[in-house]
Amino acid sequence: MTAAIQVNAVEKSFGNVQIIRDLNLSVAKGERHAIIGPNGAGKSTTFNLISGHIKPTSGEIRLNGEVTSGLRPFEINRRGLSRSFQVTNVFARMTVWENVRCAVLWATGHRYAFWKNVDTLPEVKQRTAQILDEIHLSHRRDVPAGLLTYAEQRELEIGITIAGGASVIMLDEPTAGMSHAETERAVALIRRLTEGRTLVIVEHDMSVVFGLADRISVLVYGHIIASGTPEEIRGNPKVKEAYLGEEVD
Amino acid sequence: MSNAAIPTSAAAKEESASALSFYGIWLIAAAALVVLPLIFSSGGSLTSFSLIGIAIIFALSYNILLGQTGLLSFGHAVQYGLGGFLAVHAMNAVASHNWPIPLPVIPLVGGIGGMAFALLVGWVMTKRAGTVFAMISLGIGELVASSSLILRSVFGGESGITTDRTSLMPLFGWTFGPQIQVYYLIAFWVMISAIAMYALTRTPLGRICNAVRDNPERVEFIGYDPHVVRYLAYMFAGFFAGIAGGLTAINFEIANSAYLGATQSGLVLFSAFIGGTAYFFGPILGAILVTYLQLGLTNVTSVWQLYFGIIFIAIVMFAPGGIAGILMKHRPLIRAGTLRFVIPSYLVAAIPTLALALGIILTIETVARFSGGDAINLFGIPFAATAPTTWVTAAVLLVGGFLVARITWRRIAEAWDRAATVARDRGYLA
Ligand SMILES: Nc1ncnc2c1ncn2[C@@H]1O[C@H](COP(=O)(O)OP(=O)(O)OP(=O)(O)O)[C@@H](O)[C@H]1O
Ligand SMILES: [Mg+2]
Repeated sequence: MTAAIQVNAVEKSFGNVQIIRDLNLSVAKGERHAIIGPNGAGKSTTFNLISGHIKPTSGEIRLNGEVTSGLRPFEINRRGLSRSFQVTNVFARMTVWENVRCAVLWATGHRYAFWKNVDTLPEVKQRTAQILDEIHLSHRRDVPAGLLTYAEQRELEIGITIAGGASVIMLDEPTAGMSHAETERAVALIRRLTEGRTLVIVEHDMSVVFGLADRISVLVYGHIIASGTPEEIRGNPKVKEAYLGEEVD
Repeated sequence: MSNAAIPTSAAAKEESASALSFYGIWLIAAAALVVLPLIFSSGGSLTSFSLIGIAIIFALSYNILLGQTGLLSFGHAVQYGLGGFLAVHAMNAVASHNWPIPLPVIPLVGGIGGMAFALLVGWVMTKRAGTVFAMISLGIGELVASSSLILRSVFGGESGITTDRTSLMPLFGWTFGPQIQVYYLIAFWVMISAIAMYALTRTPLGRICNAVRDNPERVEFIGYDPHVVRYLAYMFAGFFAGIAGGLTAINFEIANSAYLGATQSGLVLFSAFIGGTAYFFGPILGAILVTYLQLGLTNVTSVWQLYFGIIFIAIVMFAPGGIAGILMKHRPLIRAGTLRFVIPSYLVAAIPTLALALGIILTIETVARFSGGDAINLFGIPFAATAPTTWVTAAVLLVGGFLVARITWRRIAEAWDRAATVARDRGYLA
């Protein structure tokens, strides 16, 4: 079976600083894959490379077998990959409802239509309402996204990411800055929403990572030093030395 | 659909009520356009209404760019002017060939002209938003305006190209010679264009335009190419600007290079901004006010542009949301029933603020007319620019007005706080 995401020998330099070195990663379809690593290891950069936000200096990235390195983000998105951002990245002046609805429009085939009334498209309305319901923001639907609380904005960030129905979902630290209770709620949400899809998640909270992931990759200085099941990662001496230290015992 | 007619729940009732008020507004607007010239029937007011109508279409078309898509254009008059020229050429061609095309169709030709130009240059222009787009629009504006003086065969040089709107076939006995008939033709296009541009904001494209305005980066991750979105918005803006230009050509029976120039581009930016770009109706208010002021002020003062500048700066500094922004700020207060907290403070502030405004006007006019010119006539009271009494009056109004006004403005702020707090408590304000 072809992998959902296949990264082959990707390198990325900013100027003459090499941030990603010989990156190899394979995420199987339907798998929940966590990427962990210390601050500045290049996790977000990896997300940016896979989602087309930046282009690799060399190497190749495939989505469901098709080469996507070199494509623009919207082209990759249309091929079924959707990502969230570590720093909340929503449409601040638009309402919660509008935010999610915009993310639904391409996937429901309405594209650049200027001859349809957006308020009367039944499948758009239904899907938007359903997603708002799932991210627990129905009661806030008419509030401009910029006025939401931090935790609400993080939930909206997830909602926008999953709204298009992409088969591969990438979440960059979705629970960063959340309280313990909020984190638990968000994890339950992520688990439910990504049912039957492929998930790649960057996460610092180890209990979340080990509870959620089928496989884990450890990124250190732009290179994946280990990739395996949670048990394999837990027992890997290289990982212990490089990153986990006493955290997992 | 049939359920909507028989509201069963509160939500359905609310929905049909808002639909009713929605269509009500458009019907009232249409009725107002029909009745207006019957109430104010002088030639002067007909001319003013015609110009205001054109300005409304033009300002709304500008807001497709600025308010809806976040594109700041300094050259929007290019599409307007080209639409005007194409309309004039079309009218002359129709007349000389005796084609059976009536005058009311001509603005559409203008629209197609504006859109065609946008189609041609838009792809390169809209590659980037922000400063890059603003600078290119300025450059294109200058380029087209200056080449219009060189390409005489197309643009008629300094004098422009004239036409005769009555030379086309009459429609239902209307020759469009009398201004009243031209007014109704313009009013018809104002309604059509305003409805079309409003409808555009309610389409998938219109919504994505807003998303591109707010966050073009994120738009790329929900499947859209912001470049295509900007390009489409630019074409629609060009289309409606071209309609406005076509109407101007019909109204004046001429098109000249001034239509394309920076002054015209500045005026439309100004109208949209003063009216408020965040709401659909904002540019309509701006177009009415600016056209009205322009027509009125040019007769009474030679430095009318200075007043425009002052108004513009005042809006940018104190009310960046424009007139529409100020009005809409009051909506939660009206709903919460706390508007009466602030009204008295407005009335109190009105007097010293008016004194301040008069002081500013008197000062400006004194300076402008010091070395010659007519005597100043301030709402019936004559002032001589060289008389020390005038200087003293100006200074007293200016300084005294400002000092007192400042206190009353603070009162407004306090009253606002109280009204907003209550409104917030009652859940009408976030
Ligand atoms: N556009 C850029 N230009 C230059 N350097 C960059 C750029 N983007 C990222 N970097 C650098 O690349 C390194 C990796 O950054 P990245 O954001 O990918 O780390 P991360 O693993 O996501 O860290 P964190 O856990 O803090 O989010 C950092 O040193 C960062 O400064
Ligand atoms: Mg990161």
